[in-house]
Amino acid sequence: MRNRYWKWILFLAVLLVLFVVAVVVSLFSGEIKISLVQLEEAFCDKQSIAYTVLTKIRLPRIILSVSVGGALSLSGAILQGIYRNPLVEPYTLGISGGAALGIAIAIVSGLNAVTFLSLPLFGFAGALITLFFVYFLSIRRGGLSINSMLLIGVMISFVSSSAMMFLMSVTTTENVHSIVFWVMGSLDETNYLLIRIALYSSLGGLFLSYLFVQPLNALRLGNDKAKHLGINTDLTIRILFFLSSLLTGIAVAVAGVIGFVGLVIPHLVRLVIGNDYRILLLGSFLGGAVFLVCCDTIARTIISPNELPIGVITGIVGGLVFIIVLSRSKSRIKLN
Amino acid sequence: MDSFFEIRHFSCGYPGHFVLTDIDIEIQKGDFTGIIGPNGSGKTTFFKGISCDLPAISGSIVLKGKALQLMNMKERAQNLAVVTQNIEAGSMTVEEYVLMGRFPYRKKFRFFETQEDLAIAEKYMKLTGVDRLKNKYMNALSGGEQQLAGIARALAQEPKLLLLDEPTAHLDITHQVQILNLIRRLKRELKLTVLMIIHDLNLAGEYCDTLVMMENGCVRKIGTPCEVLNYEDIEAVYKTVVVTQTNPVSGKPAVFLVSEEVST
Repeated sequence: MRNRYWKWILFLAVLLVLFVVAVVVSLFSGEIKISLVQLEEAFCDKQSIAYTVLTKIRLPRIILSVSVGGALSLSGAILQGIYRNPLVEPYTLGISGGAALGIAIAIVSGLNAVTFLSLPLFGFAGALITLFFVYFLSIRRGGLSINSMLLIGVMISFVSSSAMMFLMSVTTTENVHSIVFWVMGSLDETNYLLIRIALYSSLGGLFLSYLFVQPLNALRLGNDKAKHLGINTDLTIRILFFLSSLLTGIAVAVAGVIGFVGLVIPHLVRLVIGNDYRILLLGSFLGGAVFLVCCDTIARTIISPNELPIGVITGIVGGLVFIIVLSRSKSRIKLN
Repeated sequence: MDSFFEIRHFSCGYPGHFVLTDIDIEIQKGDFTGIIGPNGSGKTTFFKGISCDLPAISGSIVLKGKALQLMNMKERAQNLAVVTQNIEAGSMTVEEYVLMGRFPYRKKFRFFETQEDLAIAEKYMKLTGVDRLKNKYMNALSGGEQQLAGIARALAQEPKLLLLDEPTAHLDITHQVQILNLIRRLKRELKLTVLMIIHDLNLAGEYCDTLVMMENGCVRKIGTPCEVLNYEDIEAVYKTVVVTQTNPVSGKPAVFLVSEEVST
């Protein structure tokens, strides 16, 4: 037991070092090069270009990457835990589909011009509506059917993606372009309020998820066996479902659909440190944050001055890394 | 005097399906009771009823003067421990798994095991003989070793009643006897009350103090192995021709099957 805790501490230390490195590298890479001299200037002179670039452009973006990456990866870990299914990720439950449909409606109806908040609001509303659909459709005789929840989520994502395609087929090319751009995901958000909401909610989500870390561990044995250990699994599953869906909804509303983080990162963390949720939740959060900061740095520098959609990078990098790790490691993916 | 564990007019089941009707059993403290009966006679439904996996339709189950249905889940888990047939603990070590038996005692914001938890887990791993496997992964264990770990985990719950679902299924005779000897020892040393579903009539007769024979969702007969394991009742319930005799060493009843060619 003692040994295990030391392993956890070591693992967290490594993740924290990676985190700091990723943030520093991200701060200093970009179109405008910042040298050490300029850095010194930036600290003394708040009017300098270096200071503005660092604090007004790059730092907010890093904070957003950390929040979104952490939130998505955390939700992935939680959802895989409550569904006991390795293929579940935040978007499997139709949350992203609902959010994307909300955004498409806002763009097509022209409501996105009303206020800068209308896109995130519509996205979040779409996510919420899907969430309630999935939840209430899967309640059977007072109990919650986990499998039908999963299936209904998948079906709702198909329905909403078809509805979105319908909207795209009847609207103008310009609108199609903005929908596609949004769906591919972007961390280029300049509104401080939204960034702050994303940061606080993902940190809050991390904190709340730790209140359910024991039930999550018990659920590794299965629903019935967790009940035999005195765990109120129905309540746990409900609360965690809402928590992870809300986190996903906020992430999608602010940054669009950024795939793969919620699927790949929790699995990588599981492979390294095991399935104990006491370390897995924090590990997934930090891992997701590091991953998204790195991907965003690549996305905005690789074809500079242009920017690649972040979803392209997360898909390619995440997918490849995962395949390599999985085919090389002796251990298979296990959830419980 | 109230008995230790009472099941009164208990009915449960699935809506519209098979229902267990009006079960009435009393079990004394320290008794080792076996539930026998053919497939589909309601043993598993009964098991799920006691472990509260299925809600009761009527009647009550009372442990030490308190109804199980009225206990909160934590309290119930402190009083009643369940060992199922399949453990499915996957990639966690035996020690981690056994420590899960301490969950019913863990305070809300306690993330780490206390010294007491570790000591209790250690104690029961020693008692069941899985302490030498404690750093192995559960899915690397044999079926018998998994059952032993399951029993160690259940004991770590420090229950008053231990519920076992066919602990000897799919095991060779070495492990069957090892597990049942262990349960007898637990009864003797820890004064534990044990309720077990078991298919093998000979093992049931050899080890249990009391047998409950079930048929079509009702109790057909309750009593000592000698009273229950007679050929009339067995042939009526199992629709199979058998001969019963007494084990010359233990004096317990033994059941022999008779094949079709011989009996006709």
